[in-house]
Amino acid sequence: MAHRWGMVVDLDRCTGCEACVIACRAENNIATVGEEQARKGRAMHWIRVERYYEGEFPDVRVKFQPVLCQQCDAAPCEPVCPTYASYHTAEGLNAQIYNRCIGTRYCANACPYSVRFFNFFNPAWEKPLHLQLNPDVSVRQVGVMEKCTFCVQRIKAAEIHAKAESRELKDGEPAPACVQSCAPKALVFGDLNDPESEVSRLSRSRRGSKLLEELGTQPKVTYLQRDSWNDENL
Amino acid sequence: MTKTSEQINQDLLRPVGRTSPRFFFVVATLGLIVLAGFSAWGYQLYNGVGVAGIRRPVFWGFYITNFVFWIGISHAGTLISAILRLSNAGWRRPITRCAEVITVFALSIGAMFPLIHLGRPWQAFWLAPYPNQRGLWPNYRSPLVWDFFAINTYLIGSITFLILPIIPDFALARDKFSGRRKKLYTVLSLGWRGTQRQWHRLETAMHIMAIVIIPVAVSVHTIVSWDFAMTPVPMWHSTIFAPYFVAGAIFSGIAALIVAMVFLRHFLRLEEYLQPVCFDNLGKLLLLMSLLWFYFVFAERLTTWYGNESSEIAVLWLTQRGPYRYLFWLMVGCNFVIPFPLLAIKRLRTITGTFIASLAIVIGMWLERYLIIVPSLSRKFLPYAWGTYRPTWVEITITAATFAGMALLYVIFAKFVPIISIWELKIGERETAGLPQKASEVEVASGPLRPVVRGAET
Repeated sequence: MAHRWGMVVDLDRCTGCEACVIACRAENNIATVGEEQARKGRAMHWIRVERYYEGEFPDVRVKFQPVLCQQCDAAPCEPVCPTYASYHTAEGLNAQIYNRCIGTRYCANACPYSVRFFNFFNPAWEKPLHLQLNPDVSVRQVGVMEKCTFCVQRIKAAEIHAKAESRELKDGEPAPACVQSCAPKALVFGDLNDPESEVSRLSRSRRGSKLLEELGTQPKVTYLQRDSWNDENL
Repeated sequence: MTKTSEQINQDLLRPVGRTSPRFFFVVATLGLIVLAGFSAWGYQLYNGVGVAGIRRPVFWGFYITNFVFWIGISHAGTLISAILRLSNAGWRRPITRCAEVITVFALSIGAMFPLIHLGRPWQAFWLAPYPNQRGLWPNYRSPLVWDFFAINTYLIGSITFLILPIIPDFALARDKFSGRRKKLYTVLSLGWRGTQRQWHRLETAMHIMAIVIIPVAVSVHTIVSWDFAMTPVPMWHSTIFAPYFVAGAIFSGIAALIVAMVFLRHFLRLEEYLQPVCFDNLGKLLLLMSLLWFYFVFAERLTTWYGNESSEIAVLWLTQRGPYRYLFWLMVGCNFVIPFPLLAIKRLRTITGTFIASLAIVIGMWLERYLIIVPSLSRKFLPYAWGTYRPTWVEITITAATFAGMALLYVIFAKFVPIISIWELKIGERETAGLPQKASEVEVASGPLRPVVRGAET
């Protein structure tokens, strides 16, 4: 059976440490745009930790919410792309095919989660930083969109590895960089088509909900709400 | 006005035949501004589209505003001219050509903006469906591909619609001029002799084009509006957008036409041809469109406010009360408050009155497009990703260059083609004199090999 990759984000566990953000940058060759461009809002973070504050001082609570591409089943970014650069793979991923992208930026406008990023300039890595580039991930040119891929290169590597050993993929075997680096295990990744996988089990939780579910995008990322904030748990 | 055929020939061919130093001055000035625009575009091509002010989440800014604006202006000509032709309004005769020219040039300028705006414009041809080694057609689900087809259809249609009625005038110019000009117009007049059959075919072709071009024009701005309405973006995702955009397009188009006519009337001394009645009638049309525009804005804003949906309200208040409020109320002023009295009161609906109203409307409609695009994008669903937009000098230069470019193309066109359709005007003259009106019965383009023309009586 084909895989259907999904993720669970447990907001109860997220400490907002942003290790996922750094791991994602390193894994996916995401360019740093520099201070001036970042101030213009052009920094690229395929995963970001949104901070929302609740309550009045001194009784303030901070809510951390990691937001990445929700890999929607009915993704608004896909039909609007005139060149099929924004593409739905057989395993349900919202792929971005950089070579096809002509940079209309239509997909980024259509995305309600604002998780698509644009290369406003050609990326550059000062020596010796170019040595850290991940050879499994292509570097993007000026004028193309880029976004979270669920670390498709890691999924493919795990599949190849399993095939070489003539066995099925184990649950939790392919892990995106953000999931691997999440110390409190707030991020869980796996196959939603396998009802026994941890991600399937957790996404059935009564705490589970989808981000902006009401827009009908059918995301494959499930957020587990903060139970510890309920009054009976305090 | 009653003028002899020879007087009309002289008056309307004069700007084509004689060139004053003022013409070269105007062309040089406008040309410099256009050159600055091309330089800015070159700078952007070399450095990357990041030299424009767009950023996350406002990925569309001035360029798409200009795109929608110029495509809107392009509805001036063809649509108005086609409707007036079909309804056989006599006062249309002196204005059809200046209107149709606006369409062709505004559409060409508007169609450039998606290219200027692309991240990788050198790959723009991937929008076209052609068999390629990638084995990939364009994505027909994308409104941008619909745009590609709609705009190209409209461009081809309106160029045809413009050129058809020019042919007899080219033939007239061929007969009246000598030397290099004669050679040029001999080629351009496509062998026009003014025979019965040629007139018959021309009239049939124009009639077909006038009918066909109307649904095409409506479809173009409908599809432009769907670029926005098809996405789940607050205040874009709305059923009102298609008619709202079409009405806005015709609105700004008529305004642009009046502005162009005032300049033509003054600089080419066409006071006796572009008479106050044209401005009065166009003013009434403009008044209707102004009311319609206000109705659409009111309906859109009221339903959004009443619906009280949180993401939509965020955008609504951003324009009504937030930092965009000055631009919003300036837009309402330009599109309704200023033009309404000028156009509604008969005493004020003069040439000056309609000119002031039209200038205000052109500014107001540009603002409208800006206020549709930018505030919605800067307040999408997740507040953490909200942002603002500010244009850079690159975008401002290119925008200014398109206005100069429009004027430049117009000035050059009026230098080579009589800007008022001579033969159609002559038929109109006969209409008032109660003589037969079929084009085939009027002497309009005398050629050396012209066969007997019935009813000729110059």
